[in-house]
Amino acid sequence: MKRNLREQFIWLLIAFGGWLIIDLLTFGGVINSFMLTIITMIEINVILAVSLNLILGISGQFSLGHAGFMAIGAYASAIITQSLPTIWGFFLSIIVGIVISSFIALIEGIPTLRLRGDYLAIATLGVSEIIRITINNLEITNGPKGIYNLPQFSNWSLVYIVACIVTLIIVNLIHSKTGRAILAVRDNEIAASAVGVNPTKYKVIAFTVGAAGASLAGSLYANYIQSVTPGDFTFMQSISVLIMVVLGGVGSITGSVLAAVVLGVVDTVLQNYGALRMVLYSLILIIFMLFRPAGFLGNWEFSVKRFFTKQKSSRENKS
Amino acid sequence: MEELIQQLFNGVFLGSIYALLALGYTMVYGIIGLINFAHGDVYMIGAFIGFFLITELHLNFWVTLVLTMGLCALVGMLIEFLAYRPLRHHGAPKITSLITAIGVSFLLENGMSFLFGGDSRSFPQAIKLVNFKVGFIHITNIQLLILIVSIALMVLLQFIVQKTKMGRAMRAVSVDQEAANIVGIKVDQTISFTFAIGSALAGAAGVLIGLYYNSLDPLMGMAPGIKSFIAAVFGGIGSIPGAAIGGWLIGLIETLTFTLGISSWKDAVVYAVLIVVLLVRPNGIFGKKAGEKV
Amino acid sequence: MNLLEVKNLTKNFGGLTAVDDVSLHVADQELVALIGPNGAGKTTIFNLLTGVNTPSSGTISLKIDEKLQLLNQQPVSKIADLGLARTFQNIRLFEQMTVLDNVMVAMTSKVSENPLSEVLRLPSFYEKETQMKDKAIKLLELFDLAESVDQKASNLAYGQQRRLEIVRALATEPKLLFLDEPAAGMNPRETAELTASIKMIQEKFKIAIILIEHDMKLVMELAQRIYVLEYGRLIAEGQPKEIQNNPEVIRAYLGGDDLELF
Repeated sequence: MKRNLREQFIWLLIAFGGWLIIDLLTFGGVINSFMLTIITMIEINVILAVSLNLILGISGQFSLGHAGFMAIGAYASAIITQSLPTIWGFFLSIIVGIVISSFIALIEGIPTLRLRGDYLAIATLGVSEIIRITINNLEITNGPKGIYNLPQFSNWSLVYIVACIVTLIIVNLIHSKTGRAILAVRDNEIAASAVGVNPTKYKVIAFTVGAAGASLAGSLYANYIQSVTPGDFTFMQSISVLIMVVLGGVGSITGSVLAAVVLGVVDTVLQNYGALRMVLYSLILIIFMLFRPAGFLGNWEFSVKRFFTKQKSSRENKS
Repeated sequence: MEELIQQLFNGVFLGSIYALLALGYTMVYGIIGLINFAHGDVYMIGAFIGFFLITELHLNFWVTLVLTMGLCALVGMLIEFLAYRPLRHHGAPKITSLITAIGVSFLLENGMSFLFGGDSRSFPQAIKLVNFKVGFIHITNIQLLILIVSIALMVLLQFIVQKTKMGRAMRAVSVDQEAANIVGIKVDQTISFTFAIGSALAGAAGVLIGLYYNSLDPLMGMAPGIKSFIAAVFGGIGSIPGAAIGGWLIGLIETLTFTLGISSWKDAVVYAVLIVVLLVRPNGIFGKKAGEKV
Repeated sequence: MNLLEVKNLTKNFGGLTAVDDVSLHVADQELVALIGPNGAGKTTIFNLLTGVNTPSSGTISLKIDEKLQLLNQQPVSKIADLGLARTFQNIRLFEQMTVLDNVMVAMTSKVSENPLSEVLRLPSFYEKETQMKDKAIKLLELFDLAESVDQKASNLAYGQQRRLEIVRALATEPKLLFLDEPAAGMNPRETAELTASIKMIQEKFKIAIILIEHDMKLVMELAQRIYVLEYGRLIAEGQPKEIQNNPEVIRAYLGGDDLELF
């Protein structure tokens, strides 16, 4: 029991340490505002990648619809903070976004999550595109022009905290009864139902939580960039999150975080290459996949518990 | 009513292009279970090759069409050889191949933009446009050409798959690669051939669309690429007639939204119909049921 | 009242009738064997009873609170919840999960848990986890698997995998356990151990067991009653002694390609 609490505490300590380092480096002038923007975008990508990995890696459902849920969060925040430009309005908008996204994910998931593999991918892509086209056609979202001049409520620090909380929630969910059931359905759906685990229920749980994560990331994005347009949430946005998840290792939450950071850095470096940027990016992607087909980490996971038991056992061995 | 019928005809012509592209998707998917994301970009390459053959070498349309198909077949085989084959031999997960395919797609799009600029060019009028009027329906000779060439290629494809030795090998590999290997079928060669045929069809579609819309650019493959993959899903991935029907269906839905005055919802309608079709038939219209044996 | 009551069960696959008008019953704590040549429809009956396939006609009812309740049309997970657990002919473990997790998953529907306490790691979460874990380890100990709790299920030896499947089924706290060829691929020593384990299950857990098995030595030693199936139809029912001497059964076995003789 005490050890369990210690594990959660150590996680918080590591997270706080990271925050402190960035904060001190900013204070000391090592990190400039350009780099802070990159850091914030990386943090948003961490939320997106971790939440997609819950759907793709943990639950084993191939979703290409992350951009749609992100769009819902972004537009919920954009619309609400326009008329309610306070931090409380922003928090309210985050919740509204999450509620709408979860609701759509639920309605979408119950019938479509029966579909297999690539058929599911196309169905989720379809819903995502329908969301985007709807936004494109509505008055309240200002159509294709989008919404500009939003108040900036999110900053690197807030997004950092949220990213840590989201990651912790998802990791805790995975290592619980619900998470075990989700993994069981992924591993063998027929056996899972034969031991009383309802496959649809647990697929929908993973899908809905993942969608809520995407929506949250969308809200943070909108009030950081201060503008939203339907063009931000095309199919290519879903693909770019998918790339992060696969690059990090499908099923490895640690890998998703790592991939979001690495891709952020690579993207920044490539900015210097102008027109060649995307050519180099695609070459890196292909070559990386050819040489590391399972991504950075495969399904390896960093674990505080394991880290400490190892330390302890090696100490015991020495004595 | 006249407008509606006119649009139905336009839908069939547009749908033929989707169908040609969908065939490539469905064949590759059928044989190695990969959504070949770069397929739409091979179509773009086809349009560019056609453009250069006509403007630089002043070849006539039919020679251009055949040469483009041949060159695109080579491009397809090259992509398979360099990007997908190594992964297949390592037994990499399917999702890895998919990301690699996305990488190849990005590379083709951005590589072409880098080499030739991102602006759109106008495709030369290799065939003089002639307008016909049958009753109240307007049809151009280019539309007819698209329809006839597409149908001819589909019939040819069906013949290759059903009647030739290579077609038999393709069907065998798509059922079970290992078993096909055991009975002496050269699996790599067969897969390579599948990419060649699919890419040749994409090349033909590229030249035809260039002629139809008179323009081409490095990103022209993105939207039709996704659309025609959806067409393949509609029909049931792996089914050749399914891909053709799916292509025409999407062409028809798109032109119908114009008639109904909701063209800004065009893609949403396509996706909505697709989702409904999948909920009723989870493996597409002609797809085979893949139940798990317990 | 019988625990399980099956009446006129029929299953058609296209033109093929895999199960043809089969009626059977199982009493509380009874051990019943289902035998017959390959392709007789034994596994299909298991699939029908556990909801994996839906019957073309006929009824399946289970005694719940001293009342018979119809199981037809219920989803597989619901049927498992009501007390029917099974193993599979071709082992189906959660291969990427640990041995312990394989067993704990099976307790999912039996343990209530609130998601908030899971995500926030409230004390009640740890309490329930510990309870489930203790229970799982006790079960694993009974089947000699306690040593391998942290191993991936796919890394277990074949015999261990078969045992783990049984443990997992027992973790759902069933009233009726279906074992689909539990001795398949086992050597005589392993089969003898398995025979002892099945006896132990029946005595210790006080549940009924239906067993499909080709190993007649095991069947004759364990079964209290035997159903014999051929081409989807029941051709005999009775005590092991009666079945051994039933001319229909002997004909079915000698005529078939099954070489296991009594």
